[in-house]
Amino acid sequence: MQARSDERQQYERRQQRKGFAIAAASSLAVVVALIYFVPKTPGWQKVRASFFNGEILLSTFPSLLKAFLLDIAIFMWSLPAIAIIGLLIALCRDQRSAVMFPLRIFGVLYTDIFRGVPVILTVFLIGFGIPGLGLPRPWNSPYIWGSLALILTYSAYVAEIIRGGINSIHDSQRAAGKSLGLSNTDTMRFIVLPQALRRVVPANMNMLVALQKDVALLSFIGPVELLRQAGVHKSLLANFTPYVGAALIFLAVTVPATRYADYLLARQHRERS
Amino acid sequence: MPKEKLRLSGVRKAFGDVPVLNGIDLSVSEGEMVCLIGSSGSGKSTLLRCINLLEPIDNGKIIFNDEDISQPGLDPQPVRQRIGLVFQSFNLFPHMTAYENVILAPRRVFKRSGTELHSEIKALFERFGLAQRTQHYPDQLSGGQQQRVAIIRALAMEPQIMLFDEVTSALDPELIGEVLDVLRQLRMQGMTMILATHEIEFAREAADYVCMLDEGRIIEKATPDVIFSNPREERTKRFLASVLNKS
Repeated sequence: MQARSDERQQYERRQQRKGFAIAAASSLAVVVALIYFVPKTPGWQKVRASFFNGEILLSTFPSLLKAFLLDIAIFMWSLPAIAIIGLLIALCRDQRSAVMFPLRIFGVLYTDIFRGVPVILTVFLIGFGIPGLGLPRPWNSPYIWGSLALILTYSAYVAEIIRGGINSIHDSQRAAGKSLGLSNTDTMRFIVLPQALRRVVPANMNMLVALQKDVALLSFIGPVELLRQAGVHKSLLANFTPYVGAALIFLAVTVPATRYADYLLARQHRERS
Repeated sequence: MPKEKLRLSGVRKAFGDVPVLNGIDLSVSEGEMVCLIGSSGSGKSTLLRCINLLEPIDNGKIIFNDEDISQPGLDPQPVRQRIGLVFQSFNLFPHMTAYENVILAPRRVFKRSGTELHSEIKALFERFGLAQRTQHYPDQLSGGQQQRVAIIRALAMEPQIMLFDEVTSALDPELIGEVLDVLRQLRMQGMTMILATHEIEFAREAADYVCMLDEGRIIEKATPDVIFSNPREERTKRFLASVLNKS
């Protein structure tokens, strides 16, 4: 029996090595093909000069990084508002009694509207529309109303994610709470929500990544954040390299965050199966 | 003559078009233990859920302590505080330790402080042999331990009657005994209890009355001696034969 299982293990190890070799070889082939063929295209020299200019990248990068701090700031102050409003809307939609029916309708309308309109349109409508009312400073600031547009949109998505989490908690948990004489509010607060929120962490991580990117949309209504700063450099230098720099900065943040979200999802999947 | 604790008369319940309870009459006196037997789908669980007001009934009356708890519009919360229910699948709160599972309801409902409750709850854990398990989470406990925690959780509300819905059905055979021991202990202390159960041996030993349910009706109610050795109904005979052959 021992010899037999050794044989099997050796076979499996051979198979594994073979698979690894094939993957490496095919990846190498693709990379070589790209390096070899792309420079042969007729416009390559021009593209390289206007998108991949190392000098320009180095000279503009510090100011791009500085502009990115504004993205982070907008992201940071929008986040708590999104979490709180998202949770409240999710709870509105979960109301079951007749008295609370208006709240439920409000929740449905809210999520339908703000998930249904393109983010950029919400940014335009709120970011231009409300300051247009002629409010005094600082209430005409695009920072406030641009952030509000993001908050409204993202809280609608987060609300739906949380609602999904609430619905995923088995009814027997509510029954157990009720059978002990707990009120509906206490059952939600102490039994359903803590479990539901834990369950939706990975999905909300993905929303964070999306929000981090969508902060750049505010550049269209004024704030000089990363995308806008890159645009300024582009106009001054007549070169697109700053955009590539901006993309690199976004990737530096979003890729690790996405990997982390995937890791959380995979772990959750393992725990549940 | 002990006082009547609970009386059901003509209780009916349907889920949509499917009738589940077809006129249940039952009286339980203080300190009595009544066992409900019958195949799955006969309405045992639904009956217990109706008594706990987890399901509203369509027709009939449920009198608990001389109070009609089935009247529409009645606030179910204070009633449920006095009627404990233990589920087949335990339904412990997985994100809380055993201790937190138990203390949550008395603290929230009676607004009693944690320090005040501490000694009582510790005593409950000790009484049922779980003093070493208070800080464990449900998934760190065996099925039998989880079910005992669930019973402690219900007892911490100091209910006047306890309902048990097939509390040993989800357990490995070697863990059933420890839960039945808890039930025996409660019985000796004079707790009024209604059990839906397939544990015929236990019912024979401990029950005051056994009710055979079939298609939402109590077709036979008798003392365990009578119903197990000399059942009146053909349906009861068939049911008992099939259950006893299995074990």
